[in-house]
Amino acid sequence: MSPQSSQKLLEGADIILKALSEQGVDTIFGYPGGAVLPLYDALFKQNRIRHVLVRHEQGAVHAAEGYARSTGKPGVVLVTSGPGATNAVTGLVDALMDSIPLVCLTGQVPTQLIGTDAFQEADTVGITRAATKHNYLVKDIADLGRTIHEAFYVATTGRPGPVVIDLPKNIQVEEGPYTGSPRVKHKSYSPQIKGDIDAIRDAVDLIASAKKPVFYTGGGVVNSGPGASQLLREFVRMTGFPITSTLMGLGSFPASDKQWLGMLGMHGTFEANNAMHDCDLMINIGARFDDRITGRLDAFSPNSKKIHVDIDRSNINKCVHVDIPIVGDAGHVLEDMIKIWKTNVHQPNREALDEWWSQIDEWRAVDCLGFEQEGEEILPQYALQRLQDLTKDHDRYITTEVGQHQMWAAQYLGFENPNRWMTSGGLGTMGYGLPAAVGVQMAHPDALVIDISGDASVMMNIQEFSTAVQHDLPIKIFILNNAYMGMVRQWQDITYEGRYSHTYSEAMPDFVKLAEAMGGIGLRAETTAELDDVIEQMLNTDKPTIVDCRVSNLENCFPMVPSGAAHNEMILGPEDVSSGREDDPTLV
Amino acid sequence: MTQDQPVFQHTMAVIVDNEAGVLGRVIGLFSGRGYNIESLTVAETNQAEGLSRITIVTSGTAMVIEQIKAQLESLVPVHRVSDLTTEGPSVERELALVKVASTGEERVESLRLSDAFRARVIDTTTDSFTFEITGASSKIDAFVALMKPLGLVDVSRTGIAAITRGKEGL
Repeated sequence: MSPQSSQKLLEGADIILKALSEQGVDTIFGYPGGAVLPLYDALFKQNRIRHVLVRHEQGAVHAAEGYARSTGKPGVVLVTSGPGATNAVTGLVDALMDSIPLVCLTGQVPTQLIGTDAFQEADTVGITRAATKHNYLVKDIADLGRTIHEAFYVATTGRPGPVVIDLPKNIQVEEGPYTGSPRVKHKSYSPQIKGDIDAIRDAVDLIASAKKPVFYTGGGVVNSGPGASQLLREFVRMTGFPITSTLMGLGSFPASDKQWLGMLGMHGTFEANNAMHDCDLMINIGARFDDRITGRLDAFSPNSKKIHVDIDRSNINKCVHVDIPIVGDAGHVLEDMIKIWKTNVHQPNREALDEWWSQIDEWRAVDCLGFEQEGEEILPQYALQRLQDLTKDHDRYITTEVGQHQMWAAQYLGFENPNRWMTSGGLGTMGYGLPAAVGVQMAHPDALVIDISGDASVMMNIQEFSTAVQHDLPIKIFILNNAYMGMVRQWQDITYEGRYSHTYSEAMPDFVKLAEAMGGIGLRAETTAELDDVIEQMLNTDKPTIVDCRVSNLENCFPMVPSGAAHNEMILGPEDVSSGREDDPTLV
Repeated sequence: MTQDQPVFQHTMAVIVDNEAGVLGRVIGLFSGRGYNIESLTVAETNQAEGLSRITIVTSGTAMVIEQIKAQLESLVPVHRVSDLTTEGPSVERELALVKVASTGEERVESLRLSDAFRARVIDTTTDSFTFEITGASSKIDAFVALMKPLGLVDVSRTGIAAITRGKEGL
């Protein structure tokens, strides 16, 4: 028998679907177009992989992000060439900033037309080079299978991120051998997973002798997998130390626990930010010293020693100098730390810790998140508190848009487990939450999925509500409607003397009618008396639902570390806002 | 970070897969993050394994140099980043083609000076010479400066190639 006849040839599109299947892909979010017709035909002829038709390619990428963040599996996107690919760029940069594993297949004009300004041609690889962890253009059918497998490897290994594979139309129909397998041995990319054991030992020694320690955790713990959250809880309880988390890390440690200080950062709690500033040992696990956390760098926790566990070597000493860097996966490093702690039978300094906790309790007593709900007008904080009380016992997934509502959601909703909180942290993309909720509901059809939204943000990807209607996804869009672009308006209050330049929601639609026009359910709550009922109704709908929750228009989000301030110089309420503060254009 | 840290010049050798777009990736990294490229050369060095070597001269504070190395190492097609300035003694060379158009005394002087620099004549007309010169960048800078008043017309430089001293390879 000749060797050629035993090598089965497949069409490019079938090679792609076979590779996706072998990678365990069950859902693709996408939008068709000329350059991907062959792939869509192949999809039509099978039903192992589900396809979710969105209404805008940006929605497909955010949906894939929601899918990925809520499951730990890579999200998969399929879009066409030219505008299809360029529409996906925002979502790709979002995934890059928040380290979300994604594989994005983009159609491309046939190889012989590349570079001729063909119809719907764009230099996708050139454009997405800075928007992805890595990208590929497949020019040879023999490379196709192998490239897909390699793309999944790159997207999910080390620090996760988005990968684009550009697929010319002729490659999709050409016949070739199926190459590659999910077992990828990459010749140059092999990130370090296990931390250096000597550095870990030094770190544990420091931890044992700390008098005012604090755990500062981030998205890296979530990305490491549910095991990492379990190990984190074990280690935190063993040491008895206080713990805080960034926006991206919420849920890796239960919010109901007494060792939890609340989120830290620009809108973090008084106790969390003060603990970070006054500590003598900062244990960073899976966070990257983002500027929302550090405030003014020269005043960031000046008297503490810092341990930094990060899988990305380039995050070490990028903005903040650390004393013990440990490059590795959060879960693996925590496991080693626990082993060493138990072997050496370390005991934390109980007396010093008791004193530290007393100080922390003093800060807690300030009750920085306290508010007074008086009268009928709903305060946004009150709305979220009611939502928390009425949903905390549900199997609940929360996505958000970007702005004040996002910060309030982080402050007032309690997260007990990882992978339940999907938000755009690094890039801060308005319009993320609605499509992300679509992706989450696809992955968890029986769960309660709520997008906390604002009246401005919800308009950015409102068309994805139709996606939810088409695929019977009963997502709940809970709009904290204050008729303003709230967060920008807050900065205009604080640094531009209240000159509201283009932050009022002019021509705001009737959200209830809009929901109904699109085939969903619309609900409205305008007074505190109506609120609980409306929330209960929302929980019982079986169709996509928008809740237009009217809240106080000019409420601002506190605490706040204003731009240019040190991270312990928080303003706690409107009485702390002086009109003399200036917006520093050298800072964000 | 603070702006008053001292700035250093470093030469790095980056071993990469010889694939389409790799150079674009490296340059995109530098421009995207605001790092400096003083000089860059690239060529295939191992055809069997499909590897190329990019030699980059960059400058920045100590923290920025560490960042550049770490960011380069994170790129998927990068096999290895070697900081030749810190990893032991190394040697740097550059090649330049220098065209000088002159007659009479200036023409004679240009030829005499080229001897002193051990440059070779690779093209000539009755009104011009084109010299090929190799050496440290400073030597080439000096030669070009001397040729300016003697009729310098054009210069084409390669940028720095660098290699470690001793018997170890990368």
